[in-house]
Amino acid sequence: MSIKEKDKQSVDEQSNPSKANQQFDQEDMKVISPWRDSFRQLRKNRFALFGFGIIVFFILLGLLAPLLTSYSYDATDPVNRLQPPSAENWLGTDDIGRDIFTRIAYGARVSLQVGFFAVTGALIFGTILGIVAGYFGRWIDMIISRIFDILLAFPSILLAIAIVAILGPSLENALIAIAIINIPIFGRLVRSKVISLREEEFVMAAKAQGMKNGRLIFHHILPNSIAPIIVQATLGFGTAILEAAALGFLGLGAQPPTPEWGAMLASSRAFIQLAPWTLIVPGVSIMLVVLGFNLIGDGLRDALDPKMKN
Amino acid sequence: MTEEILKIKDLHTHFFTDNGEIPAVDGVSLSIKKGEVVGIVGESGCGKSVTSLSIMQLIPSPPGKIVSGTIDFKGENLVHASNKRIKQIRGNEISMIFQEPMTSLDPLFTIGNQIREAIRIHQKVSKKEANQKSVEMLKLVGIPRAEEVMNDYPHQLSGGMRQRVMIAIAMACDPEILIADEPTTALDVTIQAQILDLMKKLNEEKETAVLLITHDLGVVAEICDRVVVMYAGQVVEEGTTREILKDPRHPYSQGLIRSLPKLHEKDQKLYSIPGTVPKPKMGMVGCRFRDRCRFVHERCYQENPELFSLENNRLSRCFLSDDAEGKVVKDAEANIGS
Repeated sequence: MSIKEKDKQSVDEQSNPSKANQQFDQEDMKVISPWRDSFRQLRKNRFALFGFGIIVFFILLGLLAPLLTSYSYDATDPVNRLQPPSAENWLGTDDIGRDIFTRIAYGARVSLQVGFFAVTGALIFGTILGIVAGYFGRWIDMIISRIFDILLAFPSILLAIAIVAILGPSLENALIAIAIINIPIFGRLVRSKVISLREEEFVMAAKAQGMKNGRLIFHHILPNSIAPIIVQATLGFGTAILEAAALGFLGLGAQPPTPEWGAMLASSRAFIQLAPWTLIVPGVSIMLVVLGFNLIGDGLRDALDPKMKN
Repeated sequence: MTEEILKIKDLHTHFFTDNGEIPAVDGVSLSIKKGEVVGIVGESGCGKSVTSLSIMQLIPSPPGKIVSGTIDFKGENLVHASNKRIKQIRGNEISMIFQEPMTSLDPLFTIGNQIREAIRIHQKVSKKEANQKSVEMLKLVGIPRAEEVMNDYPHQLSGGMRQRVMIAIAMACDPEILIADEPTTALDVTIQAQILDLMKKLNEEKETAVLLITHDLGVVAEICDRVVVMYAGQVVEEGTTREILKDPRHPYSQGLIRSLPKLHEKDQKLYSIPGTVPKPKMGMVGCRFRDRCRFVHERCYQENPELFSLENNRLSRCFLSDDAEGKVVKDAEANIGS
């Protein structure tokens, strides 16, 4: 009996081959660009979506800060110092009575801006240097790679401190310092990718078509190495924010009264027992933003890696 | 006699490695006439590919370098041509297709994009015209539903299709010479035959000369007019396809042809030339094939054989082809027979 049923089933399955073929054809005909495909992969990744949610939250927080709170980020209120979270001050107040929620919201602007500009700067210079080193090789590569080695030989935060010490403490200089210490990270990544691409047959074929160096680099080598750059940039966002906070904590970044999260941590560390929220809130904010970028970065890595596709 | 468009004379391409200087191409001379199909045959590592890359000036440098010799393309020596001029020639006057169709196309761009690009590098045409020409080229190389394939990505095409696309790209600017470096090695036999037919067709229609690099004598027999047999960086025999396949003179060519499986003989084992190719090194004296040769004699160890001229412009780098030694040949053959 059971065999017969099975037979029947298989007959049923086969009974409509035209439809099955049609479906296959349609699937086959649909042309998907590699970018679209990666985007689809990314959307399936829940962790990445969660990270994306965190970042969107903080971006909105920063953008809508003036609408979300009636306080000013530098308005002091000596009477209401170190107040715990309440209906009036959602996340409490700090040691000179400033509303912490307001400062966190405005601080989100600072942190995200630092992250963005530092990563953009490092990305542009690192990519250019990496491409030049990887593509042209020989002595150019030698010089650029040794500069990277020297930069990487220092602990990054120490180098950043040194650079800020030379330039003078300010948010802009902290940003420049963070960009500089991140250049070799992008540079080395791009260089290694370019070197492996240079040996690819399609690059040889493009050369055999008479393509000029510039075109070859910008139309074939760069687009093919963009995936790891994007991933590194996203992860670098988190690192840059962390480094900016560290510099702020040391008093080398944003100067008061700029509401920078790291500086907020530093100014409240004396009250850790008396008013723990003054530390916890900026600390958790930094942690969440970095986590968000790391989750997106990991998600992007999986989405952009053809070997991870199923 | 039609004009020779490419004349390579005494080309030496060496690689400077940690283990010393390696003469990958050691004094190769050959010429290609307009509209001719010339095959270069030889086993792996005999310098076929390096010869073709030398013509395109695509030798990876360092470690490779063209040490001496001339590559004369329509009266212009490519070895000393400027970078700019070389880039004008590549893809426009001399094109090349490679062995691996699977990796010869940029995976990030559509087929149409890549053909258009190839056209627009060398021709000042609008995007629309380039598009038209691209579709035309795809149709020419026998790709069905060409318009749709224009929007496909390389991974959506099979190996044979991709090689057709590569040929379309190579032929897009009507080059005078198409260099095909083992174009069919990565393809299965039926597709191989189609690609060869296509190349022959293009050769006849467009009068493009083809330099076909292969280790497959079957491929040579199919489309080549003339064959150059290479061994250990040197040309060992040259002649028309028919002559070389029917009556090879150099012992190496004889070995190659004997090692082909034959349709009507049920031999248990295929013939193979004993030994392996000697590693190329500087300052070798004597015939390079001597250790694997049936006819080896004293002279093979003492002198470098030159390319002896035979009837019908044939050449053979073997002392047996030296007229003065004609008798020795007969003797040697007699000895083997006994």
